Amino acid sequence: MAAGAASGGSARADTYKDARGWLLLPSWAVLGIFVLGPVCMMLIYSFLTKEFRGGVIWEFSLAAYDQFFFDRGLFGDEPPSIEWTYITIFWRSIWQAGAATLLSLLIGFPTAYFIATRPENVRPVWVFLITIPYWVNLLIRTVSMKFLLRDQGPLNDFLIGTGLIDSPIHIVNTNFAVQLGLFYSYLPFMVLPVYAAVERYNFSLSEAAADLYASKWTTLRRIVLPAVKPGVVAGCILVFVPSMGSFLAPDLLGGAKNFMIGSLIEEQFKGNAGNWPFGAAASMILLTMVLIILMFSARQQAKADKTEG
Amino acid sequence: MPGNKTDAIDVRNAVKRYGDFTALKRISLTIKDNEFFTLLGPSGCGKTTLLRMIAGFEDVTEGEILLYGDEIESLPPHQRPVNTVFQNYALFPHLTILDNVAFGLEMRGKSKAAARKRAGEMLELVQLSQFAARKPSQLSGGQQQRVALARALAPQPKVLLLDEPLSALDLKLRKAMQLELKHLQRETGITFIFVTHDQEEALTMSDRIAVMSAGEMQQLGTPTEIYEQPRNMFVADFIGETNLLEVSVDQVMNGRALCHLGGGHALTCNSVEGIGEGAKVHMSVRPERLFMSDVPVETESLKGRVAENIFVGTDISTLVDLAEGPQFIVRTSNSDRGNKRIFEPGSEIFVNMELGAGRLLMD
Repeated sequence: MAAGAASGGSARADTYKDARGWLLLPSWAVLGIFVLGPVCMMLIYSFLTKEFRGGVIWEFSLAAYDQFFFDRGLFGDEPPSIEWTYITIFWRSIWQAGAATLLSLLIGFPTAYFIATRPENVRPVWVFLITIPYWVNLLIRTVSMKFLLRDQGPLNDFLIGTGLIDSPIHIVNTNFAVQLGLFYSYLPFMVLPVYAAVERYNFSLSEAAADLYASKWTTLRRIVLPAVKPGVVAGCILVFVPSMGSFLAPDLLGGAKNFMIGSLIEEQFKGNAGNWPFGAAASMILLTMVLIILMFSARQQAKADKTEG
Repeated sequence: MPGNKTDAIDVRNAVKRYGDFTALKRISLTIKDNEFFTLLGPSGCGKTTLLRMIAGFEDVTEGEILLYGDEIESLPPHQRPVNTVFQNYALFPHLTILDNVAFGLEMRGKSKAAARKRAGEMLELVQLSQFAARKPSQLSGGQQQRVALARALAPQPKVLLLDEPLSALDLKLRKAMQLELKHLQRETGITFIFVTHDQEEALTMSDRIAVMSAGEMQQLGTPTEIYEQPRNMFVADFIGETNLLEVSVDQVMNGRALCHLGGGHALTCNSVEGIGEGAKVHMSVRPERLFMSDVPVETESLKGRVAENIFVGTDISTLVDLAEGPQFIVRTSNSDRGNKRIFEPGSEIFVNMELGAGRLLMD
């Protein structure tokens, strides 16, 4: 709107344009202080030398990145070979976050669809109900989840009680437990954008598809999904990105064997044992990876949109 | 009772209830093969509900719907060989015009190539070939309307359902589309069921019309029958313009009735079945079947005073305050000015009915 007024070219439009620049200042300030600032700080810290009791020495060094990718033996004097430890953790993080995203999509999409197809006056109630568990602190929710899933917990007791299984299923300290934890942590971030998209969907398109001999499943796949895709993509990003860097669920539900990148970074900044440049470098690598994945998916989508046309 | 294989649609005692509200009260009607059939009525009369029941979007609470002799009321929409042109067109926004039209064909098992080829032919039929690669949002309302039509006709449905498809178009385009639709119906030989609240549209296009009101069918007939022999007050009032007079019936004989007005003035007019002597009913007479004179032409001539002349292009509407009754509209065609006189406002005149123009109505 502002741009339209400014293109008018009158004196009044020009003052309007000037005012618009000043009005944007708070958003630039927020972006600068809370986004650009921390990222620059991390970038700088990742190229500094570590201090042994935490903190940094202001001296340029590539040691942090070198440690992440290369193994130079115990004393650092052997010829470098690829260090698989951190790459494995990284790969596990992507995989776990991907699984959690898929899980939230499988559960979140039908939930969102259900809410969006309720009568208009009860939809806010359903949305409210979805968000209620999230009023409780994430830590407490994750610990509760561990309690529910453990070998002597209510879930296993119930399954044994019904006679479905004889001995408890070990869920805690597995990859699956972490996926469940991440899924539960971020489910509303899937449900809400998908709900918003489905609510805007014109359901007479579904009628038209049914009228043209498309079954319910085909209608969902060929008509509904393309229409609500922006909401689905937004939901997937909102679940995948925080899942990648999460450390609560992997720490509490996954145990030492199912370490994720978030926990690795957290450890570098905790107490005196940490390595700040290494943590900063891992953060930068995480950031780069996430950006690459997002750009790749955006390009895939643009390509898919093109071939459809 | 088995259905007749030659009737396109047979609706038998169809009832639709939403909770306590009855949207359709036991409707029965037969739509013939290759017919342009219109469901006409004001909004909320149940016409769209009936159409959606035939399409399969609404359950039938009671009764049966037969399509060429086969019961279809329990089939889901995607298994019914009928297609719909929706009021808002409901074109798929992410598909091109060509793929929109090809969609139904593909769903019926045609290969993508074959479906697209046939869709191309359909676009040619509605003269939109040059827009095949565009998205629906890039087309005007009238063009979208024709795409919706091509899409619904492409799979060659046994019956085409049209839900007020022209209501979003401007007058000129609507008139053109009315003719185009009628031509398409003749060309394709497909039975059309058309829903509208526009009586003029219904009269122009239809082979037969069912006039509906408050969930009930008021009258079923050809446009001429509906216009010239309305069965009741609702139909007479809803279709075209009419003048109404309250009369008491004195005598009924051979389809003619002798009546009198409140003040005693005697009139003869056509009667309808079900009206007996002593009944107090309404008589209707169309404005174009009246003419004015300065002296009474016959004993039945009604005395009145001209209130206003309104020029409406092809004819002149004269408002006449009757001495014994309400205000009447008299319409005089401009081509008829040689035979019929127009009087200045304020003139004391007589209003005369053409022979057989007056008609009694059931309430």
